[in-house]
This record gives sequence, C-alpha cells and structure tokens, in this order.
Amino acid sequence: MAQVLVVTSGKGGVGKTTSTAALGAALAHDGAKVVVIDFDVGLRNLDLVLGAERRVVFDLINVINGVAKLPQALIRDKRLETLYLLPASQTRDKDALTEDGVARIIDELREKFDWIICDSPAGIERGAALAMRYADSAVIVTNPEVSSVRDSDRIIGLLDSKTAKAERGERIDKHVLITRYHSSRAARGEMLSVDDVLEILSTPLLGIIPESQEVLRASNVGSPVTLNNPLSAPARAYFDAARRLKGEHVAMVVPSESRGILNKLFSRKAA
Amino acid sequence: MSNAVRQRHSLMFRPRSYTAFAVTPQPPIVDWLSDLDASLVRSESFFAGHHVALDLSAVNLSSNAIGQLVSNLEERNVRVLGIEGVDPARWQPGLPPVLRSDRVPRIVESPRPTEPDAPTHTPDPLPPPKQKPASLMIEEPVRSGQSVVFMEGDITIVGSVGSGAEIVAGGSIHVYGALRGRALAGATGNARARIFCHRVEAELLAIDSYYRTADEIDDSVRCRSAQAWLEGEQLQISTMN
Repeated sequence: MAQVLVVTSGKGGVGKTTSTAALGAALAHDGAKVVVIDFDVGLRNLDLVLGAERRVVFDLINVINGVAKLPQALIRDKRLETLYLLPASQTRDKDALTEDGVARIIDELREKFDWIICDSPAGIERGAALAMRYADSAVIVTNPEVSSVRDSDRIIGLLDSKTAKAERGERIDKHVLITRYHSSRAARGEMLSVDDVLEILSTPLLGIIPESQEVLRASNVGSPVTLNNPLSAPARAYFDAARRLKGEHVAMVVPSESRGILNKLFSRKAA
Repeated sequence: MSNAVRQRHSLMFRPRSYTAFAVTPQPPIVDWLSDLDASLVRSESFFAGHHVALDLSAVNLSSNAIGQLVSNLEERNVRVLGIEGVDPARWQPGLPPVLRSDRVPRIVESPRPTEPDAPTHTPDPLPPPKQKPASLMIEEPVRSGQSVVFMEGDITIVGSVGSGAEIVAGGSIHVYGALRGRALAGATGNARARIFCHRVEAELLAIDSYYRTADEIDDSVRCRSAQAWLEGEQLQISTMN
C-alpha cells in the first residue's frame, strides 16, 4: 500500500526540503520505492538538495498541463536506484497547480511507489494546501522556537480540516520532527525544550535532528545528509525517524557528534 | 439594428444568520415593563447595539397593543428587529416584520437584581421549553488560526487553545488545558460569564467587551490555573486552588 506523506511546517527555512531529501533517501536506502515531489512551484530547491538540477527536463506543471507524461518527468537518483524526484517548475507560480491535476498525479504514483513524499512550500496558500491535500500522513517540521511552533500549530489545524482524508471524516497521521536542535542551548533555556514543543503541539514526536554543519555541507554538494555522511549525527537521527515512519519502535535519543580523542585533545587545548 | 440589451447584474442572495436577543414579555405588560426599567437602571447599555426580537408567545395582544409595546420599547432604546410567536394575521403595516424561528424559545437572563427583595410578583411560568444543548464540547486542541464561536452558551474545551486561536462564547469558557490564544466570554453582553482555564498564558481575555491583554495579566497568575470574571467594569483574574 502506497503511503502519501507531506512534509510541511508553515514557516519557511525550518528544514522541510532537507528533511524530505534525507527521509526519502533513508527510506529508499532500505529498498523501498520512493518518489519525492517538489511542490514549491517557482522557488524549487529539492532538485538542488538531491543534486539533480542538471537533469531536469519536464516538471510537475508540465505533467499537470499534459505537456509531458509522468514517467518523462520523473528523475531517478544517481546513487539510489529506487529514489525518484518529480521537480517543480521554476518559471511558473503556485496558481499553475490544479487540484485535479495533483489528484491525478498522486493516483498514478500510488500504483508504482511505496512512498510518495510531498515537499510543501512555506505558507498556508495554494502550494501548501495542495501539497497536503491527498496525504495519508504528515511530518510537521518544527524548530524549537516560538514562531515556528505557532506556525506548526496552525498547519496541524489545517491538516485536520482541509485534507481530503479529514473531509472524509478520517484522521491524518501526524508526526512532529524537531530540527536544528541544540541540546546545550535548550538546557540553558535559550531554546524551547522538546517537552515544551510537544506540550504545545500535542502531537507525537517522530525524531529530533541536532543542529549540525553536516546538513549544510550535504546541501552544498547536492546530496541528502543521509547519503553524504550516513554516520553523522543528523543522518543517524533521520534514519531513526525513517524507521519510526515505517512503524518500527526505535528509542528516542538525540544523536550527538562523536568526537575522537584528537578532537577532545584539541578542544581542551583551545579552552 | 437591434437595441443593445442592458447587461443585467447577477443578483446575489445569501442566507445569513444573526444573533439577536429574544425578549419575552410576560403578562401583565405594565409590570413587565417596570421590571425591564429596573434592570435597565442597573445595566443601561444592556441592549445597546444588540438586535432584539420580541417573542410574544407568552401574551395575547391585539395589533394595536403590539404597536404600543414596540414604541414603549423604543422609548427605552430597545430597537425591535422583528416579532415572533404571533399569528401573522395580527400583523399590520407599521409593525416590525414577523420572524419565524425553528428554535424553541429560550429566555435570556437579564442582569440579576442585587437586592434580594426586588421581585414583588412571580411571573407565570412558561410552558417547559424543549431543552437544546446550551453548551459546546470540544474534545481536541484548538489550533492557531482556528476560531470557535458559540453564542448560545458555554464552551468547554478538553485540550489546549493555541497561540493565535480564538474562542468566542455567549456564556462562559472552560479550558481543561493551556489557554494560549484569545478567549472572549459573555460575547452577547453577559457580564456574568467567566473564563476558567488550567493554565493561563492567554493573549487576550475578555468578558462582555471588557478585556485584558497578555501584558496586563499579572505574572503571579500567569501559567497557573485561573479564572476571570467581571466586577463592575474591571476584569478580575485570580488563581484557583
């Protein structure tokens, strides 16, 4: 049974695209057939994060308009043969998305894939609304700070009322993914704690991704962090989150950067 | 050459509902009017800005008597939007339109007299109205951007109210969780409404249009279980237990 998953947040810059790429690659790594769809029409990024920007010919809007067939627009990842990207159009805007067109594409993808991951644009307008429209479950990406948490709360309200599943009277599965988490800053009270975030959102936790240079480094070379450095702290956190998405029970820990002895020596010297 | 046909505008008709006070006079009318005067003395602006529907189901008045009653009310600054509970045959030009309501009549309490010996007669009891639920129960968190409006009575929320959410009730508001958004109780002019919550972190608390913003909520009650009520024109907040 195909699962349609939307990665959303309301607020921009919290890590939706990074998380889409990292989770998609982690799921495909275990052999599942995964397609990631960029719904950020006009401001596409997922192609860059996946390192596929030089192979885009047709895009989501072309398929909606009937200019291209779906298989022509799907780009297969060079590293993982079960990971595909359906890119957004950069020259159009969100008005080019139609509800019927999106429904048709999702239905067609359901036949061929195990996971269909929709990377939502920021905001609550057309792009975000259509990205979540046909989802079975949702990952709400949240940074541990008040504005991000309030926007996530707003998005959860929309997931519970404006999705096709909610309109049929069913519940959409929702998971909170906390990104850019800094355990020492949270301990000093400079950030909301995980408990604060979960208390406000009253939604189950999918994972905690620590703040790390690795995330930026991976984006810059066009690779999901889970492929670029699978042993790094954020990659391990994303692998755990992906296993929880599949229904496995994985103990919740915040992976930290493992420091070698040399590192420790240097940091002591510097101190 | 045919004449150009004038382009007709497409007319828009939308059903729209408004909240109105239904006022139900009791016989004898003279006594009822003096009771009304007494309560208007206590709360001058009780009807100000509100739509009022005159429910005549408890009295049997001729068309002329209805006209007299409407003008008596207008003298007291109570503007009657329409009348109900009256045989349409009694209606005559000059009277407010006859309203039909699918609801069972419900009495809106006027502010209670503070002196215990005020009522000198007891009004005849109305035929027992069928009870409609006068409270709204919400069993999940109210999220940012959502708005819950229930003018007919109390709202009870089992869960939290997110920052940027809004709860508007004609009666009291009960939140079994954190109240982080706005809560407006007694929105139909009910000064006796209250707000109760497990944890007050509200952006705004209001009762019958008297309000306090987050800034004006004392730190000593913030993040604790609290209630808010109206004392005269002052919104009071205190912790519970």
